[in-house]
Amino acid sequence: MARMTNLYDVSKCTACRACQVACKDWNQLPAVIEPFKGNYQTHEDTNGDTFTIVRFIEHEDPVEGIQWNFLKYQCMHCFDPACMHACPRGAISIRDWGAVIKDYDKCIGCQYCVYACPFQIPKYRAREDVVTKCTLCYERVEQGMEPACARTCPTGALQFGERDHLIEVAEDRVKVLRANGFPRATIYGKLELGGLNKLYVLTDTPDKFDLPVDPHVPKNITFWQNWVQPYFGWLIPLALAGSAFSFVSTRILANKHDEHGEGGHE
Amino acid sequence: MGSNAAENHPISFKWLTEAREKRGAKIINVDPRFTRTSSKSDIYAPLRSGTDIAFMGGMFKYILDNKLYHEAYVQWYTNATFIVKESYGFEDGLFSGYDPEKRSYDQSKWNFEMTEEGTYQRDMTMTHPRCVLQLMKKHYERYDIDTVCKITGTPKNKYLDVIKTYAATGAPDKTGTILYAMGTTQHTVGTENVRSFAMVQLLLGNIGRAGGGVNALRGESNVQGSTDWALLYHILPGYLATPQAKKHPDYATYLSKETPKTGYWKNKPKFMSSLLKCYWMNDDPRQSYNYLPKRIDGKHYEHIALFEAMFKDELEGLFVWGSNPIVGGPDANKEQAALSKLKWMVAIDLWQTETSEFWTYKAVDRPTKKDEYQIKGPRDIQTEVFFLPACNSFEKEGSVSNSGRWMQYRWKSADPVGESRADLEIAHELALHIKKLYEGSSKPQDEPLTHLTWDYGHGAHPDIDMIAREINGFEVVNGKPGKQVANFTKLKDDGTTACGNWIYSGCYPVDNGKAEDYLARRRDNRDAAAPGSKPIGSYLNWSWCWPVNRRIIYNRCSATPEGLPWDTNRASIWWNGEKWTGNDIPDFGKTKDPNGPGGRNAFIMRPEEVGCIFSKRNEGPFPEHYEPWESPVENLLNSQNLNPAVIEWEPEKRGTKEQFPIIGTTYRVSEHWQSGVMTRMQPWLAELCPNVFVEMSEQLAKEKEIKNGSNVIVSTTRGDLKAVACVTKRFKPMLVNGEYFHEIGVLWHFGFNGYAPGNSANWLTPHIGDANTMIPEYKAWLCDVRRA
Repeated sequence: MARMTNLYDVSKCTACRACQVACKDWNQLPAVIEPFKGNYQTHEDTNGDTFTIVRFIEHEDPVEGIQWNFLKYQCMHCFDPACMHACPRGAISIRDWGAVIKDYDKCIGCQYCVYACPFQIPKYRAREDVVTKCTLCYERVEQGMEPACARTCPTGALQFGERDHLIEVAEDRVKVLRANGFPRATIYGKLELGGLNKLYVLTDTPDKFDLPVDPHVPKNITFWQNWVQPYFGWLIPLALAGSAFSFVSTRILANKHDEHGEGGHE
Repeated sequence: MGSNAAENHPISFKWLTEAREKRGAKIINVDPRFTRTSSKSDIYAPLRSGTDIAFMGGMFKYILDNKLYHEAYVQWYTNATFIVKESYGFEDGLFSGYDPEKRSYDQSKWNFEMTEEGTYQRDMTMTHPRCVLQLMKKHYERYDIDTVCKITGTPKNKYLDVIKTYAATGAPDKTGTILYAMGTTQHTVGTENVRSFAMVQLLLGNIGRAGGGVNALRGESNVQGSTDWALLYHILPGYLATPQAKKHPDYATYLSKETPKTGYWKNKPKFMSSLLKCYWMNDDPRQSYNYLPKRIDGKHYEHIALFEAMFKDELEGLFVWGSNPIVGGPDANKEQAALSKLKWMVAIDLWQTETSEFWTYKAVDRPTKKDEYQIKGPRDIQTEVFFLPACNSFEKEGSVSNSGRWMQYRWKSADPVGESRADLEIAHELALHIKKLYEGSSKPQDEPLTHLTWDYGHGAHPDIDMIAREINGFEVVNGKPGKQVANFTKLKDDGTTACGNWIYSGCYPVDNGKAEDYLARRRDNRDAAAPGSKPIGSYLNWSWCWPVNRRIIYNRCSATPEGLPWDTNRASIWWNGEKWTGNDIPDFGKTKDPNGPGGRNAFIMRPEEVGCIFSKRNEGPFPEHYEPWESPVENLLNSQNLNPAVIEWEPEKRGTKEQFPIIGTTYRVSEHWQSGVMTRMQPWLAELCPNVFVEMSEQLAKEKEIKNGSNVIVSTTRGDLKAVACVTKRFKPMLVNGEYFHEIGVLWHFGFNGYAPGNSANWLTPHIGDANTMIPEYKAWLCDVRRA
């Protein structure tokens, strides 16, 4: 199956948040009603019962005036998901078309994936002791449907389809935007972290949308992922071998020493 | 302008985005605050609430001074060429004929000069000093850009950007459309605000053309339907005036006074006769006319007037049907106090609305001790309240009429919950029960009910097709329905036809006993184009549109006076030498030669048969800028501060700028619906916008030491409200005549019920309305704000 992905074009998003409701509806997530804190945004970040949020970010520039940027934020479904590597129980897997999904039966709620994620997306749901996140509606997609958010988007800001095709769409769209008052328009998700299975068309640089300009996996996670985890199975025999070696070598050395010593005594 | 389409009509915004993408359209947004619509617009300009006419007046002047109007269009299709009588005059904010006692005008002073044959005198060169175009030029002379910007608070460069861009649509091959909503209408000058849009569209030749028009974004999906069906006191279905007791004592007088001699309305007797025949099929219309209730001449029965009367103990009972006045009505504290003076009230809604529970303890709770209207608690309220649960639109079938006048059928998708029922069933059963109460009565005063024709099948569920057939109209044979009429041209004034609403005649033209006979059920989404032209989005076989499936009314204007399209890319209809043809149903005589008599009279519904740049409204024939009832500044253009034709219901409640220096306005957000009854009761929607908030500029917040996200109290002379502060860069202080003023905005969706309860913004708004329609002034009033 070809890589399938969501393309989200911020220049068409009016932040109606129908996607947020559609997500809660399909995934049957309870409302997490938090008091209004002075920003239209419902929650500061995703949470165990909220897989996607729309961010509202105000910017002011003396020349260009006010910008009110909206950004749908959720799991980016990385090509090479750090969360998957970090998970000690193999609860996270990747579908052949690109969705990174979680098996709640295997999840032990250790939250390693939360710390591993370069976007800090997965969130802990205490009442079930699991970590949850967007699934790119893989159950729907594998039945030939679109993800719930893309299905409901009224303005066409969210599209679902083959990634290669959507990259072409995004590139064309960026060209149009750059020629029409958005000189810094760009694509996000094409190359970041080696490729994300969520594509964004941004009207400005990623930092104007509170997205990491150069996302990266934390160093200790890389060490854990690249060195500790892959060789975890080798550790015990390696340790045993090491201790055996040291046992033998110290013996030899000790013997030599002894001989020497003894000789010295003599 | 006056609309926040992206937030409040999100689906409409999809098409704006598409127009920009496909046609390179520019989106201009004018709004006091930077909204989600502004964030997606090419040009954004702020204006102070209630200064739309000044804003538009400056645009008129710019268009007229620079001759940017569509000349041939203005010449042939508008009354710009008409000569106005010498008795017309304008001085210092008042037109001629003003009576300060009655606060009204003698409108006969503004008549047109007539020829001896009884036609209108016209000067096709538009140079006569008293022709409409010259009078308009003179009237808007004072609206120069500097003066306008001083009034509206719009930065001059932004203002110029807007008017230059929009005026460019005056080119014959260009069109522009104006989307407006409650930001335009809910003012003491609401009607004139809308009229100023119509005027600019006429000047630029944008009416009756694909891509043009003045588009009302309705507050509800079926507001167009509710107006067509006369959910207003002054009209009967199909825009026929309701009779007044003294003015219209009998049927003949009604017809002679209400029927104009020219224009299509001269057929009014046919429509009225058919309507009366539909109500009382066995009576002669001359007799059944007397069964219609008559209103007292000149008396007001609008929402505000109704609640004022209720407050004065003049009303006994009330049906509140799909409405929530103690949240949505203006001066809601007063309206709540008024409800407790009723003997009985019936509330019909999906959920128990705040209004249906106005007698509970929750309803009395207020953030401060201010109590201007002595609101009563449960102990002191004697009103008997009945609640009837209604079902949702997805749980019933029937049609809704959208803003484009499409009558679209909706099928039921789920069964109603519990005992809830469709509105239609509730109305049907009510009628049957009331009729039963009067059964057998021989009293003449009971005849309107005993003679009433109410035949919509058996049982509690009325047969929708029977109703639809009656709406379309049929021949009446021996007091029984006969053959369906094809459309309203077949209606008669002699009582031989019956028709429920003449404008909808044609929606059920034949009765073959099939579901498809009802044209509102059509679902063909192909946009066919006539040979040699491009499709214009008519979709003629999708649902049905009144009148007679015409998608764009006055589409004669889409062609040149000679009958050819102004723009071949957007050809609506054209003259092929023999008849009118094209991509829409011609709103014109099918075979009327454009070069023959009347062949260029495009506005067939008007007595003048042209579009009205000059038109009599209660406050004058040209929109003039007046300040809102509560305004922090004096009118810079004339010495009349308030619209001279509005009624002041409670002058003692007028706030002054000394006490209340901040301009207040109210609006909605995408996440909630109207008074919030349908959205605050749903957790997922409550989650999106859980609290009532007040948006204010960073400068005002600093002045008042208010922190973003903290609680504040907003107060007016009518009441106080507690809300969360939303301190934002998107609201800016406005420079009005050299002085900075702050404006704040409050969401009005909230009440004491549901998952997202909050104070109602309408505790703050005043009881004052527009001079023509009495639509309440929700959008510009004075207040103060402080930390809670």
